[in-house]
Amino acid sequence: MTAATHTTPLPRQVGLGTGLRNTMTLTWRNLVQIKHNPMELIDLSIQPIMFVLLFAFVFGPAMAGSVSDYLPILIPGIIVQNALFASMTTGVGLNTDVTKGVFDRFRSLPIARTAPLAGRIIADTVKQAWSMLIVLVVGFAIGFRVETSWINLVPAFLLLLAFSLLFAWVSVFVGLAVNEPEKVQIFGFTIIFPITFLSNAFIPVSDKYPTWIRTIMENNPVSLLGDAIRGLLIGHDVTDPSVAQPVAGPAIAALLWGVAIAAVFIPLSMRAFRRGV
Amino acid sequence: MSHAIQAEGLVKHFGETKALCGVSLQAESGTVLGVLGPNGAGKTTTTRILATLIRPDEGNAQVGGYDVLKDAHRVRQLIGLTGQYAGVDEMLTGTENLVLIARLLGMSRPDSKSRAAELLERFDLSDAAERAAKTYSGGMRRRLDLAASLVGRPEILFLDEPTTGLDPRSRTGLWDIVRGLTDDGVTVLLTTQYLEEADQLADDIIVIDHGTVIASGTSDQLKAQAGGQVLQVRPVNAADEITVARVVADLLDATPEQRDGLVSAPVTDPAVMPAVVRKLDEAGVTLSELNLRKATLDEVFFALTGHHTDDFEAEAEELMSQEEAKA
Repeated sequence: MTAATHTTPLPRQVGLGTGLRNTMTLTWRNLVQIKHNPMELIDLSIQPIMFVLLFAFVFGPAMAGSVSDYLPILIPGIIVQNALFASMTTGVGLNTDVTKGVFDRFRSLPIARTAPLAGRIIADTVKQAWSMLIVLVVGFAIGFRVETSWINLVPAFLLLLAFSLLFAWVSVFVGLAVNEPEKVQIFGFTIIFPITFLSNAFIPVSDKYPTWIRTIMENNPVSLLGDAIRGLLIGHDVTDPSVAQPVAGPAIAALLWGVAIAAVFIPLSMRAFRRGV
Repeated sequence: MSHAIQAEGLVKHFGETKALCGVSLQAESGTVLGVLGPNGAGKTTTTRILATLIRPDEGNAQVGGYDVLKDAHRVRQLIGLTGQYAGVDEMLTGTENLVLIARLLGMSRPDSKSRAAELLERFDLSDAAERAAKTYSGGMRRRLDLAASLVGRPEILFLDEPTTGLDPRSRTGLWDIVRGLTDDGVTVLLTTQYLEEADQLADDIIVIDHGTVIASGTSDQLKAQAGGQVLQVRPVNAADEITVARVVADLLDATPEQRDGLVSAPVTDPAVMPAVVRKLDEAGVTLSELNLRKATLDEVFFALTGHHTDDFEAEAEELMSQEEAKA
């Protein structure tokens, strides 16, 4: 057989429309998995519920005097923490595909090169939205209120999404660098716990802490995101209602963090990918 | 260019390890090329280069007339790949796995469904169509994997160790499927560490070891290279084994192999047989087994490389330890 035996010449590359369709197909594939693994959905739902309830009722009274006074601090913090945990699923899923040979199958098909990764990220975004919704619903049930406007949930979600897409590259790298999906999970927990606890996600930064810890807490992207979301949903400083909580400053700083993280981990991921194949 | 698959001087390093040291091969349209070699010989690396998954450090390859580097997307429209590890999504059902591939290949939803049903039927998976692939047995997964690689009716199919780890019944089942494909005019590149498999399926065979092609030809040609026939002699008394080995070595001008009381050596001239029998008789050795048969590909491999395939050795060791356990 020669090239000439193909009556119509085969396309040389994937068109944009085909690429988008490939991405949607692979998004479907990543979401339909949930149907067969309801545990994943429970996992995505139980953990946020548990965190909200435990922190609110166990730490709330001690930290802020009452549960309702603690919720403006806690709910935005948990939303951010949750987004980071959810971004780890990207790495776990990718690693499973690579180790099971599914990724090879995709790469041997005439589809857009970016579709497998893009499909995964979009599917994971849907999962992100779901777990954010759960946190909000549980939050509302126990007394959290949006003090600004409901419409502010949209920019809050978009900000979170933008940061998690950038942060997801950490998990993509880990997913490609290690040889078992479980290890991605372990690694995720090991880095996400310190990152979220060294922030204002659960407790306001105060001068009770030594300067170096304060510096870390104040500049931690988790704190910056938390502040931006508090600004959007609460509108004022959580400890002093008379002071407005700025949004743009912390949001931009958090996104710059995201860009810096992606700038490091995209090349590392590409290298790990080339080495692994 | 008349070859469906053609590669020249493929070299590939992974860090310090040299996986391929200049592999060349070619497969005629509609034939099965068997790539035979032990674990780590470079079979998978070769397949992955040809299937556009990795780039060679040196050398070039054309698949279906297209360059795997410059025209990778066109190559991908012609090929199907079934990897060593079944590339199916374990969370999805058999149907969903195939529909996924069909949709990715641009088929409509109804076409995808009917193509999936047709392939599941053909691979005897209809009953399991709506079950998640993680519930499948090893043989079923391989069949689903193979079905997935056939969704787009590829002209060229890469099968990387398709039967590794399968029980003998599943293996022969897969062989029948591969034979059916070549009847449809599909060109197949099949890697295997099973000599019998290459013997059964391949029109042409290349033997690779440590990233180098050490022999190529048809199965019969390769067997002829190793002497064509093999003499096997087993004395009744194990103590006579050394005498037998000496006689065989003298007459056949070859170093015989001794394993579990069986002495075997390649035979180039069958006319020497009466002399062997006479000499052994004179030496007073009683035989429990004496035969002359065509060489197996494992013996070919031994003759070419000086070592057996890992598989064969593992099997032999297992046999020995079983014998020891019995004793």
